Amino acid sequence: MTAAVELRGVSKVYGAGPTEVCALREVDLSVERGELVAVMGPSGSGKSTLLLIAGSLEAPTTGEVLVDGVHLSGMSGDDLARLRRRSVGYVFQDFNLLAGLTAVENVALPLELDGVGVRAAHRIGRQALTNLGLAERAGRYPDELSGGERQRLAIARAVVGDRRLLLADEPTGALDSVNGEAVMRLARSACRQGVAGVIVTHDAQMASWADRVVFLRDGRVVDQTAPPAGPEFLLTPGSDR
Amino acid sequence: MTVRHALLALLSAGPKYGLQLRQEFESRTGEIWPLNGGQVYLTLQRLERDGLIESDDADSEGAQKAFRLTSSGGRELDAWLRRPPDAIPPPRDELVIKVLVALQVPGVDVAELLQAHRRHLVELMQRYTQMKGQAPEDDVGLALVVDAQLFRLEGVVRWLDAADARLTRFPATAPPSVAPQPERAVEVHQ
Repeated sequence: MTAAVELRGVSKVYGAGPTEVCALREVDLSVERGELVAVMGPSGSGKSTLLLIAGSLEAPTTGEVLVDGVHLSGMSGDDLARLRRRSVGYVFQDFNLLAGLTAVENVALPLELDGVGVRAAHRIGRQALTNLGLAERAGRYPDELSGGERQRLAIARAVVGDRRLLLADEPTGALDSVNGEAVMRLARSACRQGVAGVIVTHDAQMASWADRVVFLRDGRVVDQTAPPAGPEFLLTPGSDR
Repeated sequence: MTVRHALLALLSAGPKYGLQLRQEFESRTGEIWPLNGGQVYLTLQRLERDGLIESDDADSEGAQKAFRLTSSGGRELDAWLRRPPDAIPPPRDELVIKVLVALQVPGVDVAELLQAHRRHLVELMQRYTQMKGQAPEDDVGLALVVDAQLFRLEGVVRWLDAADARLTRFPATAPPSVAPQPERAVEVHQ
């Protein structure tokens, strides 16, 4: 099966000489469609750089990035821009919503930029909002929404249309635990419908919604969790409760 | 939670027969109530003796007797609900002790050890989260029990992160294996 996104021996160096910083070192990571992967690690471990490179917002210094089996290094600037618009959805801690657009306009915008007609884009946008429980909020502006609603809106925008890759950098960082959980449930549900998700977080509870947790340290992948063994026997008589 | 307080809580909703109490008790076991359902009738006798519950018929067997909460039983339940759990002294923490010992053992890569424990804890958290994800969102009882475990485990992961950062800043070196050691100035609270 072709991975939705694959990093092969990716290193990233910023600066040169005495100011040189190696943000990633020989990172291999492969994420399948339908899979949600969380990336954990201390500040400065390279988590955000990994996300930028996976989403083709940054190019690796060495190594290869493949999206759906296609090498990004062989693509033109225009092709990369089209790939980002059509296939990749980004979610950030501070939502990055456009304040002058309503919820549905925010969601429809990437489709319109990609040539979809306004009416069709709005119809698809409304459906995406409905799927995420935000149908009633379609006509509201971002500053009329709660933090939890804004982040759900950001996820709706990130997965609208035929997006195959959801990349999120600390998406629950500004939310309380209940709203954070709602966002992670949505991300997981989007992945179950065929999206590949990579979420950077320092929060172990949020990371535990992922199918796999990858640990970064000093720019290297040092460890990852085994597939979850299932919840059986966690709350049975004799367990530590 | 004791069987005693579980029974007082079940009776707070209204009078119940002994058999009914035992059935309700057993149907809830595994999530909230204590595990030993076999103690139900014995505990009911003791609660009645202590005046915390009462019944109309002194001759019936426990299963056929109808019990109700007395006012002092209600006060006892209320006092128990508000009593802070015993958190001092803290429970002996095996992980803290292991990490402190590891610092003294030559050749142990403490960062790698911390990561092994971190991975194990996150894997356990994934299993609890999976349980929460599979349950209906309105199963509040299960969510509260699972959340308590997740917050506890998250606290341990955060302690590991802090330990990692502290040891990166102040790397600990194992003492020479042959040199006599002075007595430790700091004792681990057991």
